[in-house]
Amino acid sequence: MSQASLPMGSTESAHDRRRRLKGVAFAWTCGLATLVGVASLAVLLIDVLIDGLPRLDLQLLTSFASRFPERAGVKAALAGSIWIMGLTAVISFPISVAAAIYLEEYAPRNWVTKAIQTNIANLAGVPSIVYGILGLALFVRVLGFERSVLSGALTLSLLIMPVIIMAAQEAIRAVPPTIREAAYGLGATRWQVVKGQVLPMAMPGILTGTILALSRAVGETAPLIMVGAVGFLAFTPQGVMDQFTVLPLQIYSWISRPQEEFRQLAAAAIIVLLVLLLSMNAVAIILRNRAQRHG
Amino acid sequence: MLFACAAASTLVTVGVVLVLIGETFAFFREVSIVEFLTGTRWEPMFQDQHFGVLPLLAGSFLVAGGAAVVALPVGLLTAIFLSEYASARLRKVLKPVLEVLAGIPTVVYGYFALTFITPLLRVVFPETEIFNAASASIVVGIMTIPTVSSLSEDALRAVPNSLREGAYGLGATKLEVSTRVVVPAALSGIIASFILAISRAIGETMAVTIAAGNLPNLTLNALESIQTMTAYIVQASLGDTPQGTLAFRTLFAVAMTLFVITLAMNVLSQWVLARFREEYQ
Repeated sequence: MSQASLPMGSTESAHDRRRRLKGVAFAWTCGLATLVGVASLAVLLIDVLIDGLPRLDLQLLTSFASRFPERAGVKAALAGSIWIMGLTAVISFPISVAAAIYLEEYAPRNWVTKAIQTNIANLAGVPSIVYGILGLALFVRVLGFERSVLSGALTLSLLIMPVIIMAAQEAIRAVPPTIREAAYGLGATRWQVVKGQVLPMAMPGILTGTILALSRAVGETAPLIMVGAVGFLAFTPQGVMDQFTVLPLQIYSWISRPQEEFRQLAAAAIIVLLVLLLSMNAVAIILRNRAQRHG
Repeated sequence: MLFACAAASTLVTVGVVLVLIGETFAFFREVSIVEFLTGTRWEPMFQDQHFGVLPLLAGSFLVAGGAAVVALPVGLLTAIFLSEYASARLRKVLKPVLEVLAGIPTVVYGYFALTFITPLLRVVFPETEIFNAASASIVVGIMTIPTVSSLSEDALRAVPNSLREGAYGLGATKLEVSTRVVVPAALSGIIASFILAISRAIGETMAVTIAAGNLPNLTLNALESIQTMTAYIVQASLGDTPQGTLAFRTLFAVAMTLFVITLAMNVLSQWVLARFREEYQ
């Protein structure tokens, strides 16, 4: 909290003193406000760890959900989360990157492009549960995919595609124009420039954005409730048309029960979920740092 | 081919709107829009059905209002601290921590509200119900702090240093520079971040469903159990409502209301940003 020091020998008037003290008070207020966020995070994590750690063991990872809290585990949910994450990535990544390449490298600057761009920004702000309604109407009912992994992954793909597109656009925009011009100067076609120069340079940024978006998808609950993921399942999905459950949904279903044992179980499952998310974030950070070093 | 991928996003929007409008129209064929918008009782599952959306709207706004009380001042002060006071090293540590706060799944916040915040509230206000709007507001506020702080900080940092130096040159203190020069110059970005945070709070689902309860209740008392629009959608889709019934269509009518409100706020936020931006060379 820096304050300009007074010049030697000058005396501070009462007015200036009040101004200085106000400044110090304000600096502290801002610092404390910042602490609110940091402290909330710490308290939340400690609360979950205290409740969940005693229940966290190997058996939790290898058992299915059960009516008996001491026998219940997250096997089906963890498998479901990984299935959903993989399938969502396979669906959303190529489409999003293609959309970003089009918007940055090919799109003419006209009202159509502008409308698409505004639309993507707005889609990113639509509440996730509205995507759930769309998934329910479109994938589950109209296309007849039922309550399957496929329906869930398609719904989450719609949810995170705007986020990936915007991150990919930013990464593509960060590639210096000189690179493109040099490639054109050597006679490369536009596609060769994109494939050979722009995409490789933008890829770490695109991957970082994709992983962060996927970690958001892994934490989503509401849209998957809408498309009919269930909280109680005694098998892991074997294909994309199977029923499924995911970790956040399993957690929700355990929180909704009044018994204390299920609360502990929920806390332990939260730890599993957070570890999964943190490792995804760690990969994203490593990619980002590597990109910065080369950039 | 590439164009098709970009255009797909527009198709998604068209899909959302078509699905919502189709079922919502079917709903309004059976329930008058006036009753929907002005009725004060939301009882679609009872024998004697009532479809007044006001209790759900009030619930959503009560939670969002409470969240705003937490998130807007804390987020803005955090942004000022990060942009004006914190050293580069401190900022490098604090920003990822706040990002983590934004990345925690909302179901975890729901757990936190139910098992930590609510018991705490009940120590202070013993009349607090187990499910209550206040604890949902607090956690939704906490989870929207990063929205406010990161967007506001971007706006504050975009204010050129020459403005700060000019003010220092006139003898202003750091407080005066921050609050009378930098914040007003970045006001459009700050207000846009506020609107976006409130819009997120209205669309927040799981924490609210878990912590605020499932009782459509037209009240301003945050210590009571309420139901938000989002929580109703979850509740209605959990209990196997048969397709094609009126109760099923309420899902779409409520989702449409939610979609229109959040979309309007997002557009408003972008408009504020574009319309009131101060350009510096």
